[in-house]
Amino acid sequence: MQRRKVLGVRSLFTEYANERGGAVKAVQDVSFEVPEGKLFTLLGPSGCGKTTTLRSIAGLEKPSAGEIEVGGRLVYSSDKGIFVAPNRRNFGMVFQSYAIWPHMNVFQNAAFPLEVRRLAKKDIRERVMRVLHAVALDALVDRDATKLSGGQQQRLALARALVMEPQLLLLDEPLSNLDAKLRDRMRTELKRLQRDLGLTTVYVTHDQTEALALSHEIAVMNEGRVIQIGTPRQIYEQPSDKFVADFVGTTNFIGGTVTAIHDGRCIVSSAMGELKAHASEGVAKNAAVIVSVRPEDVELSEAPPAAADGDNVCKGMIDAKDFLGDYLDFHIRVGDVVLLAKAHPSLRTPTGDSIYLRMKADKCVAISSQ
Amino acid sequence: MTDAVGRLAPLPTVAPRLDARWVLIGAPVVLVVWLSLVPLVFLLWQSFLTPQTAGLPAQYTLENFRTAYMSSDNARLFFNSLQFSIGAALLSLVVGTALAWMNERTNTPFKTLFFALAIIPLVIPGILFTVSWILLASPKIGLINLALQKLFDTDAVFVNAYTMAGMIWVDGLHYSPVAFLLMTAAFRSMDPALEEQAAMSGASVPQIARRVTLPLAWPAALGALLILFVRAIESFEVPALLGLPVGIHVYTSSIYQAIHQYPSQIGLAAAYAVTLLLITSLGIYAQSRLSSQGGRFSTVTGKGFRPRTIDLGRWRYVTAAIFILYFIVIVLLPFLVLVWSSLQKFYSAPSWAALSRVSLDSYRAVLEYPQFMNTVWNSVVLALGSATTVMLVSAVIAWIVVRTKVPGRWMLDNLASLPLVFPGLVLGLAIMVCYLYIDIGIYGTLWIIFIAYVTRFLPYGMRYSSASMLQIHKELEESAAMSGASWSMTFRRVVLPLLKPGLLAGFIYVMIVSIRELSSSILLYSPGSEVVSIMIWELWQNGQYVELSALGVMLILALFLLVMLAQLAGRRFGIAET
Repeated sequence: MQRRKVLGVRSLFTEYANERGGAVKAVQDVSFEVPEGKLFTLLGPSGCGKTTTLRSIAGLEKPSAGEIEVGGRLVYSSDKGIFVAPNRRNFGMVFQSYAIWPHMNVFQNAAFPLEVRRLAKKDIRERVMRVLHAVALDALVDRDATKLSGGQQQRLALARALVMEPQLLLLDEPLSNLDAKLRDRMRTELKRLQRDLGLTTVYVTHDQTEALALSHEIAVMNEGRVIQIGTPRQIYEQPSDKFVADFVGTTNFIGGTVTAIHDGRCIVSSAMGELKAHASEGVAKNAAVIVSVRPEDVELSEAPPAAADGDNVCKGMIDAKDFLGDYLDFHIRVGDVVLLAKAHPSLRTPTGDSIYLRMKADKCVAISSQ
Repeated sequence: MTDAVGRLAPLPTVAPRLDARWVLIGAPVVLVVWLSLVPLVFLLWQSFLTPQTAGLPAQYTLENFRTAYMSSDNARLFFNSLQFSIGAALLSLVVGTALAWMNERTNTPFKTLFFALAIIPLVIPGILFTVSWILLASPKIGLINLALQKLFDTDAVFVNAYTMAGMIWVDGLHYSPVAFLLMTAAFRSMDPALEEQAAMSGASVPQIARRVTLPLAWPAALGALLILFVRAIESFEVPALLGLPVGIHVYTSSIYQAIHQYPSQIGLAAAYAVTLLLITSLGIYAQSRLSSQGGRFSTVTGKGFRPRTIDLGRWRYVTAAIFILYFIVIVLLPFLVLVWSSLQKFYSAPSWAALSRVSLDSYRAVLEYPQFMNTVWNSVVLALGSATTVMLVSAVIAWIVVRTKVPGRWMLDNLASLPLVFPGLVLGLAIMVCYLYIDIGIYGTLWIIFIAYVTRFLPYGMRYSSASMLQIHKELEESAAMSGASWSMTFRRVVLPLLKPGLLAGFIYVMIVSIRELSSSILLYSPGSEVVSIMIWELWQNGQYVELSALGVMLILALFLLVMLAQLAGRRFGIAET
């Protein structure tokens, strides 16, 4: 079933002047759509333009060109000269710092968006209590905002964004200020809330684990541009670009040249021999490519493995290995190439010994290196 | 949740129009330009005019500058001014740095108490501090001389306030707390690990102080020296009270004399004022250049260090004794001599005979002084009015400078800080000239003094406001906008409440300096618009020392109370640090 589109961003450009008067191109030609009830993530390293994009949607920053449409209403259009002020857009936003007002208590913080809209006292109380209950803060209504823990502040910020029942929820790295354990818990909590309430959400993060775990769809950004848009599985398993493969997860890169291509499969001649691989977009015969293989897709065995058609099998030598508790990292030399492989701790082959590698063809992704 | 109440309709989109925001931004801009620039223009213009007399209109001339620069006295005037300012600045810096080092970097006992004590002298108005040192160190009636003469049974004069050294001593001592505060901040931001590393390398305490601490504090000390120099060259009370009677002239006292001779030489005063302005501008410029390069010196980082101090061993009692001695010299002696003199009918040195004549008559006399109530009222109204105006205007300017991207906002910041280069007397002169020509009926009223105070203290207000504004995270405002609040609602509900502690501290500071203000007021007051500091000045001119002392004691106590209130308010209304 095709869901109704809520957010549409079309050809967004943002520039701002740096200290020397030159123009910094923060966002270039960014376009994407978010259907109703979906969580869409902008993922990328710092300075890639993801926060600028989010702030442009919020109206906190004015883009230099493009169009932003929310629920059929244009909130920004350079052609038509439309720019709706952030306080008239009716979007909820959770900031990286949470921006909890220190001079108000929990209730006052959450009630602010409703007070601004001049709702009746009774309605405000009812709706604030309901939203505080949803984030499990209803026991702390009268507490000073400054006396909240990091996790509680995050939940209050979320409650404040949700209380006005926004068309669109914007989250700017909401988990980055929490410690590791709490972050995992809040991530699960956030996902449950988003799915239960069916909130259309744009989420900004530099953390690929968060992005993979939370999102319906991810846009990977770099240097102001969207590099790839896809489901978490597509982004991880079939990166269309070297940057995406490298940024999302850990991977091995093997350089080579395509010698044959047929029906989405190709043969790559590389320093470790011929590799059968999945050909991503833009890969042609005789083109220089790099083949990306995830460490967990490099299967190791001491005995020669049974090779089905489409599997790559070769023999290597163990250069080094690191014991990491729940798994082992093996560094295996094949010809001039050193591959990283993730193996179960039960594999105890000593360093210096030879070992067999098997990589399924559809786990090897050939990416154009131009 | 969504189903139960239903979505709120999006607020209507309104086309941009003239709203509160632009009025609020535009008004301070116009105000700041008017306050900072217009008097300056008039001052420059006036310096090229001849004195205007009944029969002779003013004419353009270079005579004022010729008199100011070519006369043989000029070299002496310039030399005196520099000697006085550099001397006072160095004395303040040495005393202040030593105290700051002891208080911040050693384990001297009772440090918190000493910190509070060291700031008290800032409350005492300059004219009272000077008068009390005249009572202590004048060659004829000075208590120190009388006591020493009695002890050694001679007529010799031991100390004399009416000398260049005396002027430097009084002025330098009075402003040593400023140096103390500046250097305390510098020492506080220094990583103690740098000193600990020196200790681990085998250096002794004096070696650490000389080889590590002081070199690291050097840029801060140079900056402090420039601030103190500019402050000293602007000083009016000490040169007027101690220098003028014995013919030691500096720029400020010369400006005052040029105006108060007959016929009044306003053009000459303006020429002196322009010279003074050039010197202070240079000083302020050098200081701001120095502090903008501060990033190169890695001693100042935002990190909070756990303050660790050097163990002085038995020497810590010596440093504690130095603090007590300092407090006696700078607060106790001056205050007690005022109290003593205020309890007499006619001024006399302490003796058993004089003790039997103790009375509160002088207090009664001051309170019954016909102008007294009116004068106090003027001071209170001016202090409240200028503090309110300064803090409101500076809050908006700070918001524009820190938060908006309005082009030319740095100009606004500089304009609001421009009055820093105006010595009080020069500002008074400029405003006097300005409103003599622009006749809007405020010359000779309280309004002209109000304008002077607002102009003069705007830079101080700016410090408090921008410092508080910088501490407010931008996202606190943005989240209000995302919650649907308009700009004015955000400013009222979020920005102002968060600024409150900083604004309140600034408000009380501006009140205190307004009440103490003398050097601008002295050129602008008329009968009926006197303020308390002017009343003290007049009592001094009339030789009414005991009444002056009584008024001084009451004023110091009132200011002290105000400071205590400020401390209390800071604790009460301060929001918890996050």
